[in-house]
Amino acid sequence: MKQDQLLIAIKNLKTYFFLDEGTVRALDGVDFDIWRGQTIGVVGESGCGKSVTARSILRIVPRPGRIVDGTITFYRRLHDNGAGQIEEIDLTKLDPTGPEMRNIRGAEIALVPQEPMASLSPVHTIGNQICEAIMLHQKVGKEEARVKAIEMLDRAGFPQPKQRIDSYPHQLSGGLRQRAVIAMGLSCHPSLLIADEPTTALDVTTEAQILRLMRSLQHDLGMAIMFITHNLGVVAQMCEDVVVMYMGRIVEEAPVDDIFHNPKHPYTQALLRSIPRLGQKTKERRQLESIRGTVPDPYTRPRGCAFHPRCTQRIRGVCDQTEPPWLEVEPGHKVRCVLYG
Amino acid sequence: MTDARPIPDQTPTPDQVESQALDDEILSGGENVYVAPPWKLMWWRFRKHKMAMVSAVILILFYFTAIFCEFVAPYDPDASFIQYKYAPPTKIHIRDAEGNFRAPFIYQTQRGIDPQTLQIGYVEDTTTRYTIRFFVPGFEYKLLGLIPTNIHLFGVPEAGEKQGVFLFGADRLGRDMFSRIAYGARLSLSLGLVGVFISLVLGVILGGISGYFGGWVDTLVQRTIEFIRTIPTIPLWMTLSAALPVDWPITRVYFGITVILSLVGWTFMARVVRGRFLAMREEDFVLAARLNGATEMRIILRHMVPSFLSYIIAALTLAIPGMILAETGLSFLGLGLRPPAISWGVLLQEAMNLRSLVLSPWVLTPGFAVVISVLAFNFVGDGLRDAADPYAR
Amino acid sequence: MLVYIARRVLLMIPTIFLISIISFVAIQLPPGDFMTSYVAGLRTMGENIEQEAIDNLRERYGLGQPVYVQYIKWISGIILRGDWGQSMEWQKPVKDLIGERILLTVVLSLVSLLVSWFIAIPIGVYSATHQYSILDYVMSIISFIGVGVPGFLLALIIMYFAQTRLNLNVGGLFSQEYINAPWSVERVIDMLKHLWIPVLILAVEGTAGGIRTTRANLLDELNKPYVELARAKGLSEWKLIWKYPVRIALNPFFSTVGWSLASLISGATLISVVLSLQTTGPMQLRALTSQDMYLAGSFLLILSVLTVIGTLISDILLAWVDPRIRLEK
Repeated sequence: MKQDQLLIAIKNLKTYFFLDEGTVRALDGVDFDIWRGQTIGVVGESGCGKSVTARSILRIVPRPGRIVDGTITFYRRLHDNGAGQIEEIDLTKLDPTGPEMRNIRGAEIALVPQEPMASLSPVHTIGNQICEAIMLHQKVGKEEARVKAIEMLDRAGFPQPKQRIDSYPHQLSGGLRQRAVIAMGLSCHPSLLIADEPTTALDVTTEAQILRLMRSLQHDLGMAIMFITHNLGVVAQMCEDVVVMYMGRIVEEAPVDDIFHNPKHPYTQALLRSIPRLGQKTKERRQLESIRGTVPDPYTRPRGCAFHPRCTQRIRGVCDQTEPPWLEVEPGHKVRCVLYG
Repeated sequence: MTDARPIPDQTPTPDQVESQALDDEILSGGENVYVAPPWKLMWWRFRKHKMAMVSAVILILFYFTAIFCEFVAPYDPDASFIQYKYAPPTKIHIRDAEGNFRAPFIYQTQRGIDPQTLQIGYVEDTTTRYTIRFFVPGFEYKLLGLIPTNIHLFGVPEAGEKQGVFLFGADRLGRDMFSRIAYGARLSLSLGLVGVFISLVLGVILGGISGYFGGWVDTLVQRTIEFIRTIPTIPLWMTLSAALPVDWPITRVYFGITVILSLVGWTFMARVVRGRFLAMREEDFVLAARLNGATEMRIILRHMVPSFLSYIIAALTLAIPGMILAETGLSFLGLGLRPPAISWGVLLQEAMNLRSLVLSPWVLTPGFAVVISVLAFNFVGDGLRDAADPYAR
Repeated sequence: MLVYIARRVLLMIPTIFLISIISFVAIQLPPGDFMTSYVAGLRTMGENIEQEAIDNLRERYGLGQPVYVQYIKWISGIILRGDWGQSMEWQKPVKDLIGERILLTVVLSLVSLLVSWFIAIPIGVYSATHQYSILDYVMSIISFIGVGVPGFLLALIIMYFAQTRLNLNVGGLFSQEYINAPWSVERVIDMLKHLWIPVLILAVEGTAGGIRTTRANLLDELNKPYVELARAKGLSEWKLIWKYPVRIALNPFFSTVGWSLASLISGATLISVVLSLQTTGPMQLRALTSQDMYLAGSFLLILSVLTVIGTLISDILLAWVDPRIRLEK
């Protein structure tokens, strides 16, 4: 891929939470890139740092969390003076509440959160909340913002947007709320949409509709999507590339087909064994496996490879002693494991 | 755990050995950890709350005073030192006129009229010194109402009738404010406890019924609570306590007032109990107990009560200050306890008289006793509330 | 919305009925028939009263008849004729005595309520958004003290300092020349000059509670996903906090206007006695101690009904600010 297609480059990102009980290393050296128009899936168990990654990029890590190290370079395309001009901004250097960051947040990088039910203010109409986002980043008046909001709701498949733009969230179903949130996120045509488990709270039918919607909107608007999920089925359906996280680190990164057909890291392999597959031949039918043990206590990270206590292929004296290397085993397929060293 | 594992009938393969070792390692990880019982976790959390710890100590001192007020008070609260009307708090010295350090002592004071303001004042006579001594004999009383004795915590035995040690000054009849506050603690502080206890009994019964049965019972109890709460408390309490016959003895007035205060107080307890009951009814462990065939009574007593006991204790602690304030307010107005009963509210009646207030601002000291105990209860209550759910984050 | 209000108004009726019964019981509580003591009182003062007049009064209040008849006579007198009964002590109809006092009590309570909100909300918001900062600690301590120091004690302390340091008598709501004057612009101005001290004292308690409520509610709201999404939109912190979580955290303020009023009226009673204000407190206290029960009962009835109306207003306010309630069918 050409270098000017790079949108976000994350290098050695460390985000720690300083709690009374100790320091939680939510992100402990994360590296990956997001390209323009790419759909990248971020998968892992709860607490592996998926959501913290998203919040670090947006610079909305809640207290007592803080980015302690690393860079997030955002390659901003300047629309005003012709195409091609690209500005490099290190998001970690910006004041999280300052105007520069706020101009990027919502305008260039938008969020579709996990819970559509709780993510809209219950005492404001959805129109009010979408128009607010539009008026923050575009120089338009109330009337124009409203027209744009209706248009965006329409694109998000929201039925009768003209009549229902003044509804309150509690008058809408979960699916409709999520459509409203998506319309809000896309209202300023961001170059990156971070979808943090956007369909977890929805039923399966609605989930399918929302996923289809997001894909078609991506096709139309051309933004990149960072898709955070623990659902590997959704990843297969949505993403081109996949990043697998475990305890604040990326353990494997590969195109989606390689992840599913040729997983390298024992954790990825275990994850895949734990999901059912359609179309599996009866001869091959086997029991679903769960990954044994649980995610270790976040305050005390195991020595060496963080996954070694649960790993079936670990090598005593190696995995529990040394940090595994970050290896590119095939072009575009990287893995953090001593087995491939 | 190992007992339950089926014994393999052949020698395990090396792979199995490895995997079993792994299992053991993973499983034992959890077992080596010391699991503190809930009460210990609560204590740890409570201990972290500094203000609550300090307040708890203060409350212990206050209640000690309330129980042993005859011992703590140096003088009979009703004895008046006629020559010491409006005497200011006695100064306690540790350095005499020559500049030598000594054990804490006081000087003999002389009443005189200030030639400039024409106000009565007290002048220290630095030639006569009385050392403050501890565990000294004084007026006769029965400790805890049982053991006759005359030992008091402190006093100036050498001074006899000539001079008293008035830590908080004396009132318009020359009575020692400190002794009166110590005695007042008994009624004021116990009334809070008794009142909250009655509220609790009413609140638990009605709140529990309301939360457990739901439906129209719940509606009825809730409407009653709302109704009671709409009536402004002080006017209501005033009206009710004004109806207590004037010729009732102290003890009966005391219980009358307590019941009147509890008539409103139970509504708060009932709210808390009902809220916890409703939340608890939905909990999985209650469902689990029910599925296991436990009787309703057993579910309530074995599973529900222990898990909300700590909340109730916290709510109780937070309800006590309201009671103390209410009693003080009512007695202050002359509608609660009446002299010769001594409570902090009764003592504050002195301050109603502008002349008394101006001449002897120390008549407000019972008010500070009220403030300190109210604050202490609030802090302890807050600490308990935070500690109540040791598993919450 | 109209249906909602209508339902609330209907719900008020049984409450007010119950309140009237309680007030009536209060009137009946002291032993004996008040007429007898009334007549006895008049006779000792050397006034002679015609047996006919006594019988008329007895008939008017249904004395000697069953209790429910007395109740009906009493309540219908209030509703139909505005007749609140006779004050034995003041020798005047109750309604002539209480009007202005009730008005002043309401003014005092409402002004205190507004003042305490005005102070409490910004401080509470600051404390919650700057949790664990030095100012947050200072504010917490101040608000704790506000909760712990009863208003009447504060009034006493202020009175002491005003008297000794400033040589000022802070009691009363009017200067000497305006106490019995008819209402005029000057009288209102005079009242406002006196009103601020009781308002401030009364507001201290409300403010302390208000700070704690705002802070606690806002802390709950601040971590809600809708706040995060609003932040992710690029909204500035200041706008974000005031538009979303504060708006929701303040709902309890509206929903408890009624109870706040009840407690303000309670607090005002004590403070008024200390500062001898021309409000209901001192007169009710006096009525109670002299067993002037029609007067005392009327105060209880009116103050309670006012609180019920306050609750109604707070329900309407809450529905007005919270669409979840407004749009509920």
